[in-house]
Amino acid sequence: MIKSIIIAGFGGQGVMLMGKIIAESAMLDGLNVTWLPSYGPEMRGGTANCTVIVGDEPIGSPVVDVPDVVIAMNIPSMIKFEEMIKKDGIMILNSSVIDREPSRKDIKVYKIDANKIADTIGNPRVLNMVTLGAFAKVTGLVKLEMIGKALEETFAGKNKKLIDLNLEAVRHGMNSVS
Amino acid sequence: MKMLMKGTEAIAEAAIRAGCRLYFGYPITPQSELTEYMAKRMPEVNGVFLQSESEVATVNMLYGAACTGKRVMTSTSSPGFSLMQEGISYMAGAELPAVFINVMRGGPGLGDIQPSQSDYFQATKGGGHGDYRMIVLAPHTLQEAANIMGEAFDLAFKYRMLVTILVDGMIGQMMEPVELPEWKNIEEFKEPDWALTGAKDRKPRKVTSFDLDPYELEKMNLRYQATYKKVTENEVRYEEFKIADADIIVVAYGTMARIVKTVVDSARKEGIKVGLFRPITLWPFPYERLSEIAGNVKHILTVEMSYGQMLEDVKLGVNGKTDVEFYGRSAGVVPTPMEVLEAIKKIAR
Amino acid sequence: MATVDKIVAQMPKSLSKIEFSYCPGCHHGIVHRLIAEVIDELGIAGRTLMVAPVGCSVFAYNFFDLDGTVAAHGRAPAVATGMKRALPDRIVFTYQGDGDLASIGTAEIVHAANRGENITTIFINNAVYGMTGGQMAPTTLLGQKTTTSPYGREPKANGYPIRMSEMLSTLDGAAYIERTMVTTPQNVIKTKAAIKKAFQAQIKGLGFSMVEVLSTCPTNWGMTPIEAMKWLEENMTKTFPLGVFVDRTKGMI
Repeated sequence: MIKSIIIAGFGGQGVMLMGKIIAESAMLDGLNVTWLPSYGPEMRGGTANCTVIVGDEPIGSPVVDVPDVVIAMNIPSMIKFEEMIKKDGIMILNSSVIDREPSRKDIKVYKIDANKIADTIGNPRVLNMVTLGAFAKVTGLVKLEMIGKALEETFAGKNKKLIDLNLEAVRHGMNSVS
Repeated sequence: MKMLMKGTEAIAEAAIRAGCRLYFGYPITPQSELTEYMAKRMPEVNGVFLQSESEVATVNMLYGAACTGKRVMTSTSSPGFSLMQEGISYMAGAELPAVFINVMRGGPGLGDIQPSQSDYFQATKGGGHGDYRMIVLAPHTLQEAANIMGEAFDLAFKYRMLVTILVDGMIGQMMEPVELPEWKNIEEFKEPDWALTGAKDRKPRKVTSFDLDPYELEKMNLRYQATYKKVTENEVRYEEFKIADADIIVVAYGTMARIVKTVVDSARKEGIKVGLFRPITLWPFPYERLSEIAGNVKHILTVEMSYGQMLEDVKLGVNGKTDVEFYGRSAGVVPTPMEVLEAIKKIAR
Repeated sequence: MATVDKIVAQMPKSLSKIEFSYCPGCHHGIVHRLIAEVIDELGIAGRTLMVAPVGCSVFAYNFFDLDGTVAAHGRAPAVATGMKRALPDRIVFTYQGDGDLASIGTAEIVHAANRGENITTIFINNAVYGMTGGQMAPTTLLGQKTTTSPYGREPKANGYPIRMSEMLSTLDGAAYIERTMVTTPQNVIKTKAAIKKAFQAQIKGLGFSMVEVLSTCPTNWGMTPIEAMKWLEENMTKTFPLGVFVDRTKGMI
């Protein structure tokens, strides 16, 4: 099994971190992973994206042209990556920002009101973790327990409240999809 | 224990574990994280980090530090590697060991900052003046990159040569789980008998790339050539991936070879017998092995993130035994698995 | 057989037995000897590394009985930096000419000085490129004829003679910078004292030190050695005044 995920959005929406947590959680679960960022000026304010691949066999190409899953956090990302998604693949949309319908009918679409959910938790910045929770739930590729560990790794040295907050956001995200 | 690391960081940490305590560098995208990692890490291991005023200065600082017989390194990206060529030529002539990391980006000129493999000629054929070579290693995963650092320093000292790790921006920027190599004990490194350390209780030593007498300079050159011959005889490294029954063999290195591995599998699912031949040492290039396997296949396809640089070495190796095709994109555009598959299908038809 | 009561002068131990290759009347030889005497007197020969330049003094690494190398043109301060960072308890000095230090190697010398790199530079300024055959140097005087300024150096085309000691003395990393010449016994003694101070500054870890020695090049100036000395004193010192430009060694050595 090898699954590829493209995560895209505005700089500042935390898409790179979301990808890193997915990769780290999968690694902690014993899977092979790669995380490949788009890098350069687009990191500063434009549209950023990263490609995460997880699998139980060695991963060759870190580059994909037909992703299994796309997480689009804004309209430009949806437009850019929707066409690439594998038939019967998954697209997760941040519906707080994306107010239009995708055109593909042969993929599964999940809409997450990520900004709003983040606001209800009390910190708008955790919208990426809300989305990550939804991703974990609908794909089953990463487990909550491993996400918790990955968050501890990533925020090592920071205060525990931050980890708890992020984990709570993940749980909310998981609960937001069925 | 495996850690999820960025390529630049894995390479830097592996170099420190391999006994490097002297790093000189100048920021340039897409490898500045390596420089930053060294800035933070070197003081923790009683090492030296120095940000130079230019890549021209960097390579000369490396020259000076290498003169003392210690493990020294720098990292840069294409335009910076160009600026270092003068010093590289001097270091090669002075037979100084050192390790260079070139995280290649699109060129020529200022180019862009996206992944590329267009510095192959510069690294393998000599970007500076004079008859010299440097050992060029091309890892294709972060684990291999981390593992190869120790070997790079060992080779540099074994042969008194420069070693370049040639990777592209993708290896530099991507993250992957890495099991870091064991620590080498720097106390156990012997001081080489040519090192400049001050001539206390011994005859003074001189390290230069210089002799105005052509016959003396020729002797020096013949010594370099003898070393290069030994390296070509003993240090060729490559990987063969599913080539036993292959009709088509793709030759690719670095990240491009990773992409091809995926393509090999998808092509086989479609009934095309494809294999990958991956040079790990770009210099010395595995001509002989390539020549052997070329006789058994219908086609050779070279795939590069350039417009055909390694292609010339592949042709030298294949030496007319079969036809050699090429697919490549450069300037920071990375060929996707589907594009490479199309190129294979075109040949298979 | 005559017996020796007292040695009043002898060849410094830090000089090798290899004969200098310099032209008659050239000042490189004098300055080499002064450096060697200073190294002997300070007892640092066993822990001194030298970096020779590209130029007439390219062979300097062989004229000293010290561990040494030759840097690429202009890059000696970077090479010395690498050595010093690798072996901080050694004494490292560069020996550079005006084309090397003040033209192609300006970036390296400026930044070595600015970092307060704890090295010593001996800078030979003779206002001309010697080894390549008398071309214009960045320190060539206005109106001075060279093979690449055959009508005399003209500021509109070639700019002005660059004063490196003054320039570098503005940098906080510089510990000691002095300009001297070796045209008379008194000047030779002064130069030796300056070189000694520069090395002492390094021994004490005070930062970058440099002695600029105004020198002659009778061959490329087209003069006899005596004419050249006179020309130096009468002309060069006007553009390049002698003196100490920075001294942070007071009370330290």
